[in-house]
Amino acid sequence: MTFERVPATGTASPGYLERLTKIWETEPGILGWFSSVDHKEIGIRYIFTAFIFLALGGVEALIMRVQLARPDQHLLTPEQYDQLFSTHGMTMIFLYAMPILSGFSNYLWPLLLGARDMAFPRVNALSYWLFVAAGIFMYTGFAMGAGPNDGWFNYVPYANKEYNPGLNMDFYALGMIFLGISTTVGSVNFVVTFLRLRAPGMSINRVPIMIWGTFTASVANILVVPSVSLAFFLLWMDRNFGTHFFDVSAGGQPLLWQHLFWIFAHPWVYAIVLPAMGMVSDALPVFCRRPLVGYTAVVLSTLATMTLGFGVWVHHMFTTGLPTLALSFFSGVSIIIAIPSAVAVFAWTLTIWLGRPVITTAFLYFASMIVLFVIGGVSGFMTGSVPVDWQLHDTYFVVAHIHYVLIGINLFPVIGGLYFWFPKFSGKMMNETLGKWSFWTSFIGFNVAFLPMHLTGLLGMPRRVYTYPAHMGWDTLNMVTSIGAFVFAIGIVLTFINVLVSLRSGRIAGPNPWDAPTLEWSMSSPPPPYNFAVLPTVASRHPLWEQRLGDSHGTSTLDEGFTLDDKRETIGTTALDSEPDVILKMPFDSPAPFILTVGTSLIFAGMLIPSRLWAVTAVGCLVVIAAILIWLWPERELGQRVESSQ
Amino acid sequence: MSDVPMHETTPVQRALPIGTVAYHASGWYGMLGVIVTEGALFGYLLFSYFYCAVQLPPSWTPEPHPSLTYALPATLVMFLSSTAMWWAQRGFYLGAAPRYRFGLVAAILLGLVFVALELLEWKSKPFALTDSLYSSLYFTTTGIDLVHLIVGIIAVAAVLAWSLLGYVDARRDTPTLIVGAYWHFVTLAWLAVFVTFYISPYLR
Repeated sequence: MTFERVPATGTASPGYLERLTKIWETEPGILGWFSSVDHKEIGIRYIFTAFIFLALGGVEALIMRVQLARPDQHLLTPEQYDQLFSTHGMTMIFLYAMPILSGFSNYLWPLLLGARDMAFPRVNALSYWLFVAAGIFMYTGFAMGAGPNDGWFNYVPYANKEYNPGLNMDFYALGMIFLGISTTVGSVNFVVTFLRLRAPGMSINRVPIMIWGTFTASVANILVVPSVSLAFFLLWMDRNFGTHFFDVSAGGQPLLWQHLFWIFAHPWVYAIVLPAMGMVSDALPVFCRRPLVGYTAVVLSTLATMTLGFGVWVHHMFTTGLPTLALSFFSGVSIIIAIPSAVAVFAWTLTIWLGRPVITTAFLYFASMIVLFVIGGVSGFMTGSVPVDWQLHDTYFVVAHIHYVLIGINLFPVIGGLYFWFPKFSGKMMNETLGKWSFWTSFIGFNVAFLPMHLTGLLGMPRRVYTYPAHMGWDTLNMVTSIGAFVFAIGIVLTFINVLVSLRSGRIAGPNPWDAPTLEWSMSSPPPPYNFAVLPTVASRHPLWEQRLGDSHGTSTLDEGFTLDDKRETIGTTALDSEPDVILKMPFDSPAPFILTVGTSLIFAGMLIPSRLWAVTAVGCLVVIAAILIWLWPERELGQRVESSQ
Repeated sequence: MSDVPMHETTPVQRALPIGTVAYHASGWYGMLGVIVTEGALFGYLLFSYFYCAVQLPPSWTPEPHPSLTYALPATLVMFLSSTAMWWAQRGFYLGAAPRYRFGLVAAILLGLVFVALELLEWKSKPFALTDSLYSSLYFTTTGIDLVHLIVGIIAVAAVLAWSLLGYVDARRDTPTLIVGAYWHFVTLAWLAVFVTFYISPYLR
């Protein structure tokens, strides 16, 4: 292999396409399945797995709602209830909300950016396998009756060995560190892909907003995931080696846990909504038949939200007796952060106002998200104020708030995104009639469940209690909430049914069924294994709408461009201007990510009982080192070795 | 005028590097990401130290003025190993393969000396892991630093092997750049740990 060449430019001929397909296709068979590094394959697996966790978390919620429907119920014991609400939080926040966005981003990023894959295709596979393994690891604990029982935030000292002698916390602590590795490698992959794999001409002011959302969230993850991994590692040390980080009797600091946890967990909340907000910013305008109002303002507000998001964590700790000065600062930031969020809300509203909306199911999910975001935002703004928070802390008001935020700004856009991009994933349209039913059932069910919950909280019902006495004024409200929860669940099930029905008998979609403007709609549905036959050159934010928007929006070139077909290749571009910079050799399929995951699983399994299982951890370490060396061993075909002398 | 600039840039007649070449390689950017996230990990460890130092009376540390007998030489050794790494890389671009390999070997050996000094230091401490909050934090932080160094030693050994096999030279130099950046990062991380645990108590 030579060290440089002038990339050929041209159009795609049938022979060329056939060659490309051969180069990029995943091998058939079970080994091929475990070795695939195709971002589209990985994206679909991510989405599928995350929806399974959504269903599990949903069932847990419904069981709790049956328990809480009437006062003095004894369907669940307090311990069962503790494990259910903790596992529900763990599942929805860690195993559904972020992975589902990683799934959409994995599938869509290269297509939106005009690239043939992510920057590190094998890391992409690794982050998926690690996510699955960590999920199985945590659920193994739950299945053994040792699920987390101290809330997803896992406060010490209740999580200490003294008060919690079972394996519950060891499973949760190690599972979270495990999952953190998956999140971190995935985030680095997104950041490098953003910096290096945008199509020639896609300067940073032409990048779709969903890309901005995931990029911003990924930067945040890189910075904050170590905080929670460290916290859980210290807890694991306390529990297994007798250290004293959180042991009060030896000067340990329970509040240190809360700081380390929330330094991570609050930015995480933004990380699991910003990509979803980006999906709305990109997809909602398609149904309004006009570009998004205020692209630059929305991008800057995304960045501003994340930046301020690093400075609000103490609002989870207003009732811990911190000094007034600290409370004032964090209260101020928590209130100011409403401003960038409002910018996005105004941009979406104006886009609908100034456009000619087409009311599809996807539009309904996206537009309703604006309403839910405002409700969840206002209740967050309220609890950002210290005296209000003192009244509402640990009541159902906060439960209502978090569900409006996470379901409103994550789940609703995600389901809208599913209706929007399903044609691209599968080549089939989803059923609109069933879609409308699913939307109205979900929307009404959700609001019936969670709107009254604000009142339940204002009337003083504390959260995380397994039952409550009658005649406190909470009976009717809880019954209404439980009914709403089941209606909401029916709406979600209708969506799942719609997916199955549409896969079998949906209308054929064609490349661009919504007449949308971005690059993912420029190729067939589903896309070919190589994504782009020739690499596009982008001259505007809306490459497929340029004719309509007029000359001032530039002229992108999609049919003619670099023809790269010497094994797997794509073009690397400069970080800001997207000038062609390097011909990247992309890795072929490999089982190394899967083997590395097996090794990592052994490490964590051994750490469950380090005194007895340390040998398992040692074997896991050796497997991991071997897998990494095999993975990184320089390959001539990937342009990683010096040319041999002949 | 709008579409003109883009058409001008489309047909690049300029040759582009192929594969993993210096700072064009994705792996280089990936390593920067790893350094940021691992740097953050050390940041949170030191945050924990200062948090405890602020919350607790000065008596929280069993040694108000930690001994520098091993730590200071260890710090110098770490600096020397980074210098060896830098010297090796310089030799690389001058085309001096023997000097490059000698530099890598020196970096590895100095790294191992650091590990040995740290283990001696652990032995010399008047307290054990489970004695107090301070001892827990001390051994955990320095232990995590040691693990990072051992990972670095394995990585440099791999690059040395690749050099001996003739896989890398100044034209395919990305592994050297990546492992070098990581090595200097580990030195900086130790320096931060050293200043926090050994120097800051003297400033009280």
